[in-house]
Amino acid sequence: MAHVEETPQVTVLPPDTAKIKKLWTVAGILGLVTLLEFAVAFLVPHEYKDLRVWTFILMTIVKAAYIVGEFMHLRYEAKVLLWSILIPMVFVVWMLVAFVYEGIQIGLVR
Amino acid sequence: MASTSTVTVPAPGKSAWDGGVSPMNASYGKLMMWFFLLSDAFTFSALLITYGLVRSSHPEYTGAVEDFVFSQAYWPIPEKVFEAVPFFHGLNAPLVFVGLMTFILIMSSVTMVLAVEAGHRMDKRAVEKWMLWTIIGGLTFLSCQAWEWSHFIHGTDGGSLLADGTKIFGANLSINQYGPPDFAAFFFFITGFHGFHVFSGVMLNFLIYYNTVTGVYERRGHYEMVEKVGLYWHFVDLVWVFVFTFFYLV
Repeated sequence: MAHVEETPQVTVLPPDTAKIKKLWTVAGILGLVTLLEFAVAFLVPHEYKDLRVWTFILMTIVKAAYIVGEFMHLRYEAKVLLWSILIPMVFVVWMLVAFVYEGIQIGLVR
Repeated sequence: MASTSTVTVPAPGKSAWDGGVSPMNASYGKLMMWFFLLSDAFTFSALLITYGLVRSSHPEYTGAVEDFVFSQAYWPIPEKVFEAVPFFHGLNAPLVFVGLMTFILIMSSVTMVLAVEAGHRMDKRAVEKWMLWTIIGGLTFLSCQAWEWSHFIHGTDGGSLLADGTKIFGANLSINQYGPPDFAAFFFFITGFHGFHVFSGVMLNFLIYYNTVTGVYERRGHYEMVEKVGLYWHFVDLVWVFVFTFFYLV
């Protein structure tokens, strides 16, 4: 290949401080929710199993929403793309519910 | 491609799906990365759902948490299994190490998204810097996981007493001191499959870093590859959030 490449003229734009600040805010929220999960794990006694489990699931969904929405930028994509990704996950949730229920029933007859 | 001019307004009577425009407003590569990640999410869901099925079919430990001992008769309390920290032998610190791993992975996700932001501005130096931090974060996570696996396989000082009087230490795919054999199998499969994703992610990140340093993307005129691999890397972080909850916390 003949070496005809020129040095490209690249204009580097200054950092988008508002955007970067927002990203660090999201990071802070993710860290905070993780700390809260620890607080629940150690402060809420194991006797309150349902409360513990549902709080963990709720906080996981909050974290997942921030990662997918902000870091993966899905919130700002076309709505068709957003729903093409989110709607199939409904089946996963249903499958989880169905299989955990099934597991409990297996445990009862074993 | 013959023409790259953007036609945003479809002709009257034509839908956005009749061709000529991108209805999802994303490039082919980015779209395919999204659909790959969706299919990968199904794979991880299958693993975690099977974990849920098998776990809920086993009896739970019902006694006081302080008196918990490892036994094959019931599913262990995760925080009683994962309580060791490297260099602090004998210290009882439940979930501290895995919390640190979670923090490391979230931080490397942040540095990745900062690399994407720098790519939008064509800032080669900043992309290099943030990609390097992301690679370091990924490698640190993998090292932590290697230690955790090693500890899990070798077991605790006390081990666990079987019904026939033999004592077993640690875990593999046939026996394990922590609880029913399925517990160790799921630990190896779920964290192993995730760890393999982290490993592939570090490889891809290194590729991106290399191409950035050699100026491939600068000559190309855009840093979209950083964005695509970024999606993969965030997904790895996302999966860990679920593994952390369903394997370590619940």
